[in-house]
Formats: sequence, structure tokens, C-alpha cells
Amino acid sequence: MEFDARVPIYLQIIDKIQRDIILGRLKEGEKLPSVRLMALDLKVNVNTVQRVYQELEREGVIITQRGIGSFITEDEEIIKKIRQQMADELLKNFLEGMKGLGMSFADIVKCLKDYISEEEKKDAANKRPD
Amino acid sequence: MLQTKDLTKKYFTKTVLNGIDIQLEEGKIYGLLGPNASGKTTFMKIAAGLAQPTSGEISVSGNKIGVSTKQIVSYMPTTNHLPLWMKVSQCLNWFQGAFSNFQSEQAKALLNEMGIKEEEKIGSFSSGMLGRFKLLLTISRNAKLYLLDEPLNGLDPVSREKIVQAILSTAGEHNTFLISSHLINELENVFEEIIFLDQGKVVLSGNAEEFRVKKGISIDGLYREVYRNA
Repeated sequence: MEFDARVPIYLQIIDKIQRDIILGRLKEGEKLPSVRLMALDLKVNVNTVQRVYQELEREGVIITQRGIGSFITEDEEIIKKIRQQMADELLKNFLEGMKGLGMSFADIVKCLKDYISEEEKKDAANKRPD
Repeated sequence: MLQTKDLTKKYFTKTVLNGIDIQLEEGKIYGLLGPNASGKTTFMKIAAGLAQPTSGEISVSGNKIGVSTKQIVSYMPTTNHLPLWMKVSQCLNWFQGAFSNFQSEQAKALLNEMGIKEEEKIGSFSSGMLGRFKLLLTISRNAKLYLLDEPLNGLDPVSREKIVQAILSTAGEHNTFLISSHLINELENVFEEIIFLDQGKVVLSGNAEEFRVKKGISIDGLYREVYRNA
């Protein structure tokens, strides 16, 4: 995993794990590697991974059973919530960028609609056999 | 676990360490950063008991530097300290005799990981292999405090990676690492706490992640900011 050295490492690892859960690369109820193993694998300080596990546990994303290990939650509500949070984050950045171009909300909505319909046309064209 | 108070070192009229106050806690990896001649090596030598401070105090696990602290401090100098004529196997025997806490089994297991053979001669090593071997000897001692002086300096990328892995697998709750470097690169994510030295003084210190949170800057970037005028 490549890190952006300007962003706290623990936040990047949390982001990666949450993304893996949403994309199904990490399954519900799956066991995570130990803190030490994950640190070695990512080549980061053990205490950084410790913090990742603590934060994820506090958010209910993982459940740690003493002496057994840490597991991905099986609570679908929490997984939905993570997806919503990540989507909100993307939307926030998107809106800030568009507002930075001087666009009103109405402009942005129109722009996005146009863009999506263009994309849909392209997709349809790609699927059509020649 | 290591504490200094107003630690000062002068060579004749030149002040190399100028009133250092540092506290290192158990279970953490510290980066001791600074340009050449900022005092990093002198600090490590004093902590290892190889040089005497001119004034001030330093203790490891509550003891003054001496016979008892030498048992629990494992120091790796930046220059080569091993005789070139020795074979790896002879060197392991030497360390086993010299240090009661030297773990031969662990050292042998590490030889394998580092790609070093027992019958090789130290004089035949490339700088990368020598760097790996020096580190292996240092971390094979079951110590409380590891002092590594420029462990990645001048080494190839594969050697650097192997050394970082070995450091991370040795670091634990009950030991402490102090690693000096004038390059951050691979150690960026390894350091938990950072101490910046300049002209024998601590100019900035703190938690690496907090620096990223507060300043949105990498440790490498912070280094450039701190030493802009150095």
C-alpha cells in the first residue's frame, strides 16, 4: 500500500479497510490479521495499527474478542453507514470543487445530469454489437 | 525509560550537545533527525556509554550510564565496527561471548532472512550486506533500548526494506528504539515520535501523526521546514 506522507497514516489505513469492506474484499465476520502482522505487512509502526483497530472498534466496524482476534462486523446497518460516509466525503469534495468554479447549486445539478446522460449514451454505444 | 537533563558535551571549545532535555518512553520508536553535525552521533555514544557528557544528567531505566545500562542498551554505530577478517560464524560466537543477552538462535534465523551465509567473510560484504549484518547483530541482543545510528545510510533499496522489516518485527511493548537519520524516506511511517536536533539542541519534537494532523505535512516536509536555514 502506498501512503500519502502528508495525511495521518492511521486515517489512510482506516479508509483502506472500510473500502475493502464496502467492495467485499473483506467479508462480514472475516478475521483481520493481528496488529503486529498488519504493521509488518504495511511497514508502519505497530502503534499506528493499534490506533486503527481502536478507532474501528469504537465505530463498531470491527469487533475484538480478547485472545481470539478482531473480526469485521456482521451488522449491515454499520456497513451501510460506512458507505454513506464515504459517499458524503466524495460529494463534499465534488461540491467544493464545483463551487470553486463559480457554479450555483442549480448549475451543478444540471451539469451532473448532463454528464450522467452522456456517460449513459457512451455505455450504451459500447454495449451495442457492430 | 531514557531521560536526560541539560545534557551537554563539549570538545575543547566546540559545543556539540547544548543542554538536551529528552524523555523516551518504553514501547515507542523515536526518530532522531537532523543534518550532519547536529549532535545525533554524540548523543547516541553518550547513551551507549562510549562517551562522557561534559555536564548534565542521563539515565536509562533509572540508572546512570555504566555497566548495568550497557547490558540493556544495544548500539549500532554508523561506521563499521566489525573486524574485516572475521567470518560471520566467528562474529556470532564473539557476540555470544561478549553479551549475555545475545540470542544466537534468533541471529541465525535472521541470517536466512537477510540472505547472509555463516561462512562469508565480513571483508567480502557489499555495503548493503554489511548494513544488514550490523543491524542483525544489534537487534539479536535482547535489549531494552536500541540505538541505531543511520541504519539506512548509503544502502540499496532491498537492504533498506529488509532492515525496516527487521526493526518493525523487533520493536515491541517492552523495548524502545532511537533511530538517527538525516534522510526520512522509508522510516517516515516507522517513527512514532520525532526529535529534531540542530547544533546540539532539540529544536522540535512530537508525535509524527500529530504533525500530519495539525500541519498536513509529511515528516520529510517538516524536516525541510525545520532546516530551511541550516
